[in-house]
Amino acid sequence: MIDMARHRIIKKKVNRSKAGSVAIFIILGLFGVFFAFPLIFSINNALKPLDELFVNPPDIFVRNPTTDNFQDLFVLMSKSWVPFSRYIYNTLFNTIVGTVGNIFVCSMAAFVLAKYRFPGSKVFFRIVILALMFNGYVTSVPNYLVMNKLGWIDTVWSIVIPAFATPMGLFLMKQFMSGVPDALIEAAKIDGASTWRIFFKIVMPMVKPAWLTLMVFSVQQIWNNPAAMFIYSEELKTLPYALQQIVTSGVARAGVGAAVTLFIMVVPIGVFICAQSNVLETMANSGIKE
Amino acid sequence: MQIVKKGATKKDVPLSEETNSKKKLTYKEYFQRQFRLVGANKTCYLFLAPFAIIFILFNIVPVFTSIFFSFTDYNVLQAPSFVGVDNYTNLILTDKVFMTAIQNTLLIAFITGPIGYLMAFLFAWMINELPRYLKSVAVLIYYAPSISGNVYLIWTTLFSGDEYGYANQMLLEMGVVSEPIKFLTDPKYIMSIVLIVVLWASLGAGFLGFVAGLKNVDKTLFEAGAIDGIKNRWQELWFITLPSMKPMLLFGAIMAITAAFNVSDVPKAVVGYPSTDYAARTVVTHLVDYGSERFEMGYACAIATLLFLLLILCKSLVEKFLNRIGQ
Repeated sequence: MIDMARHRIIKKKVNRSKAGSVAIFIILGLFGVFFAFPLIFSINNALKPLDELFVNPPDIFVRNPTTDNFQDLFVLMSKSWVPFSRYIYNTLFNTIVGTVGNIFVCSMAAFVLAKYRFPGSKVFFRIVILALMFNGYVTSVPNYLVMNKLGWIDTVWSIVIPAFATPMGLFLMKQFMSGVPDALIEAAKIDGASTWRIFFKIVMPMVKPAWLTLMVFSVQQIWNNPAAMFIYSEELKTLPYALQQIVTSGVARAGVGAAVTLFIMVVPIGVFICAQSNVLETMANSGIKE
Repeated sequence: MQIVKKGATKKDVPLSEETNSKKKLTYKEYFQRQFRLVGANKTCYLFLAPFAIIFILFNIVPVFTSIFFSFTDYNVLQAPSFVGVDNYTNLILTDKVFMTAIQNTLLIAFITGPIGYLMAFLFAWMINELPRYLKSVAVLIYYAPSISGNVYLIWTTLFSGDEYGYANQMLLEMGVVSEPIKFLTDPKYIMSIVLIVVLWASLGAGFLGFVAGLKNVDKTLFEAGAIDGIKNRWQELWFITLPSMKPMLLFGAIMAITAAFNVSDVPKAVVGYPSTDYAARTVVTHLVDYGSERFEMGYACAIATLLFLLLILCKSLVEKFLNRIGQ
């Protein structure tokens, strides 16, 4: 009964004026055009035949859409010296292993930092936040030295392992997990659940929006990583790197370049859409009140 | 293991019965107690270990090495030689371009930081108010500028200095100008263009964090609020949504500060590198210049360290400010 009544209130949406909703609609619509521009532009460009790409005055929208650019791209791919499936495999391997590892490693650390107090926990978290703010550019030389010491230069581990522990991932997960009610964890503990079980069966499902968001960041980061710094062997190179090589031949390949831009974007966008629709469908209800 | 109570102050955390007599502890007793706590929390350390090991190897060690390099003359090829604070004094006293860079960076940070932050939150909040089927589409559209590495390159086509640029094309057709404006090479326009593009690309990590954070606000709080006399969505935003999103607000703020002070890819790609008269030189492009063009890694590290100090200062100010929300 109570539950049904509650449902009705949520459905009715308390405190929502019509005028406000319309205003929000209009504002989002106007700015949306501004932000959607790269998507519209990339899609249209990829579908333009070569002569339309260089037309003056320039057009945003394509007049005679064609898939020529993609056909050219696939022809170039099949001619590649290292089989193209190799690049795709490398990128997929890095992205999947790196992302799963990132979510687990960061979430585990975030869980104990958010929900338990033990010597060093606060200091450690502060250091992570500070490290987040240090410019990544100058650390690349020392990073290379560390990789070299570990013997990871020119192996996949140089890409995958550092991607596991990102300060931003830990920060995001910790901020979310600090909202999980302590009473829930205490109750589970009294019922005899182990720390791992509490983490995996109780906390992780509750912060699903958080790790889905982290997944988006992680996939995006690793997918777009050309892996040029630590990897020299051609057969370990990744897709963005290989595609960039195809494009660098100038005007003649402008069409292929446009296709490549869209092609590289497809996977992160796909992951993004899956993750976001999941995030937005999660009903936040802890089932416990403090 | 003890669970920390939400909202508990340091005093009433029930760490163990000895906590109350903390001030009378001798060093020996203190360490014994800490040692016992470490032993009692073994599982916590196990959970933390994978992150800690990788983080120390690939973040902490490189950061400290970089700070060490900032006190040396290091060209990447030869071993670094210690020069004391020379890099810092040169940077502050003699490097005129660095002063331009600092000014530009502060300008960019103080404009795009707060505006980008507010934008990220407001758009996330407005999207959250949309009907369900529109939400995913809206999030995708607004996040589009950040989804692929270098989409901001399209702005070079848009603002290109000849009549091939969309903006010039439009202005010429309307008869506003008689010849194309060199948007990307004229120092008069460079900073404005950079600001526009940076703002446009500022809905990144913080924005997605907010979208997810808004989903995690307990819905029953809104019902309770309605009963307690909250009349419209603005009151709801201020009294319920914002306070329950505090952790995410801090996350967004720190991501915004970091992004705002580290602007470098956008000016490099859009207005050229180096830009005309260093008009769009930022601290980080200055750093990249010394790091990879002139191979003065020590100097570059000194720039990075100064930037780091600036960021820490800014972060502590923002944290103080965020503590007042919803009060």
